[in-house]
Amino acid sequence: MTGAVGQYGAAGYLRCMTGIIWREGLRFLQQRGRFIAALVRPLVWLFIFAAGFRSVLGVSIIEPYETYVLYEVYITPGLVGMIQLFNGMQSSLAMVYDREMGTMRTLLVSPFPRWFLLGSKLLAGTIVSIAQVYVFLAIAWFWEVDPPLGGYLTVFPALVLSGLMLGSLGLLLSSVIRQLENFAGIMNFVIFPMFFMSSALYPLWRMKESSPLLYELCSFNPFTYAVELIRHALYMQLNLQAALVAAGCTFAFMALAVFAYNPSKGLIARRGGPGG
Amino acid sequence: MSLMKGLKAGVFAIGLVCASASAEAYKIYVTNEKDNTVTVINSDGWKVEQTLNVGQRPRGILLTKDGKYLLVCASDDDAVQVFDVATLKLVKTLPSGPDPELFILHPSGNPLYIANEDDNLVTVVDIVNNKVLAEVPVGVEPEGMGISPDGKVLVNTSETTNMAHFIDTTTYELTANVLVDSRPRFAQFSYDGSQLWVSSEIGGNVAVIDPATQKIIKKITFDVPGVTPEALQPVGVRVTKDGAKAFVALGPANRVAVVNAKTLEVEKYLLVGQRVWQLGFSPDQKHLFSTNGVSNDISIIDVAKLKVIKSVRTGRFPWGVVATPD
Repeated sequence: MTGAVGQYGAAGYLRCMTGIIWREGLRFLQQRGRFIAALVRPLVWLFIFAAGFRSVLGVSIIEPYETYVLYEVYITPGLVGMIQLFNGMQSSLAMVYDREMGTMRTLLVSPFPRWFLLGSKLLAGTIVSIAQVYVFLAIAWFWEVDPPLGGYLTVFPALVLSGLMLGSLGLLLSSVIRQLENFAGIMNFVIFPMFFMSSALYPLWRMKESSPLLYELCSFNPFTYAVELIRHALYMQLNLQAALVAAGCTFAFMALAVFAYNPSKGLIARRGGPGG
Repeated sequence: MSLMKGLKAGVFAIGLVCASASAEAYKIYVTNEKDNTVTVINSDGWKVEQTLNVGQRPRGILLTKDGKYLLVCASDDDAVQVFDVATLKLVKTLPSGPDPELFILHPSGNPLYIANEDDNLVTVVDIVNNKVLAEVPVGVEPEGMGISPDGKVLVNTSETTNMAHFIDTTTYELTANVLVDSRPRFAQFSYDGSQLWVSSEIGGNVAVIDPATQKIIKKITFDVPGVTPEALQPVGVRVTKDGAKAFVALGPANRVAVVNAKTLEVEKYLLVGQRVWQLGFSPDQKHLFSTNGVSNDISIIDVAKLKVIKSVRTGRFPWGVVATPD
């Protein structure tokens, strides 16, 4: 296999990666419903849910904010995280679909190493999620969620890291789901707990006041760190702890996904192959 | 690592831009009603520089026209204390009458007009010779003090009588009384003298009065989504020098209302700390400061962008704020 890859060289790798990203992008653009749903979901939270809580939670100064912020300003980074979380899971759904349809098999038998193929898939999903995030942030700007202009730049690397983390989690999950129908389980057991048990909707100090146990659980939730990384970066600050946790989780999820997708050792082999 | 480096470099670059922007540093003085102190904040970085011990229950605060002295109403000491701005040492104490709350200087820099809340008086004090020049009887619980730009008309509001009293500064006679809504707290003339703004805390509105005719032009009301009408309690008012905008502190609504001073329509509400009380401009009027009595801080508003940029911790119950003689 090494020889086969060697004959393609770096240009071959690049072509392969571009192909995967291009396919993901095309798929996203052609599924207009998916694009609209990806935007409507956080916008509903921003316009309706946040409006209801406007005066309830409108008073607290926590890092990185330097003054009191309205609730919609507070939850925006959480909603950005939500876009990436759903996108990560959506990619995992697509992987299951690809596996059922057989396109995954075609991809995995290509001469390039598995980690590279999965990594390219991951990168493709992350790019798509970042595009969604910027459209969301642009709409939120008209809703008086206007972080400093530089924040739109500094949030980019944070979005790459959080997108990779949530995408790699999606990859890992896709390896353990046997059929498309099981995706509802992902919603109930992964997306909702991860989203609600994080700092996306309420500051952790508020969680600590009501339940120390929930606070501890939130502190162990990688999604909390993705949200805090985005929140700080949007205000041109670096939350080092969040960045390190996100990077560590990305590495761990990715390593497990690569292992799980190995037909001879991974979970697919153990379960007796896809669909079956 | 490159991510961190990139972000750090970005933050550093922004820091440089911010540092170069604050060319003319000045100081902001905040009275802390509960702590008997004045917090001194440097505009360069918005850092608390010093906390100064003053008399009991400090409330009203202003700078003399030359900017050399800081005057503080020590309400429970029945005195006005004078501090040297350069040394922040107490220079002298002025006779003020009982329970001084708010005061204002004549545009010429002397005398000082003080509202004595407990005695229903406005005391006129010569700040150079330490002498009481006159005591003018006004309504019950006098508080707000405004003076016309030409210095001829002094206006005092009385909290319980619900009136704005117009006082002739040469004869010390009341020339007119304008009935406003419940508990008028604050009075301010526009810089051209064409408008007098009087806030009514319980009435929940700001009356804009024509000083020439003493007629109310409009009562401005407020409506903040998600905030109950009872919480909309206007207190401090400031009008910009160009007469374009006015800012109204809305007490427990935790908002500062931005009003178009030409059309007298509310344009925006800015979220600040809890129970926002008094307001004060920076010398260049680029920033406005609000004292937030319950959250124990001041909020700094960018006047051009109409955005709250930062909140800075002060002592307990911050009440008055001043950064410029005007």
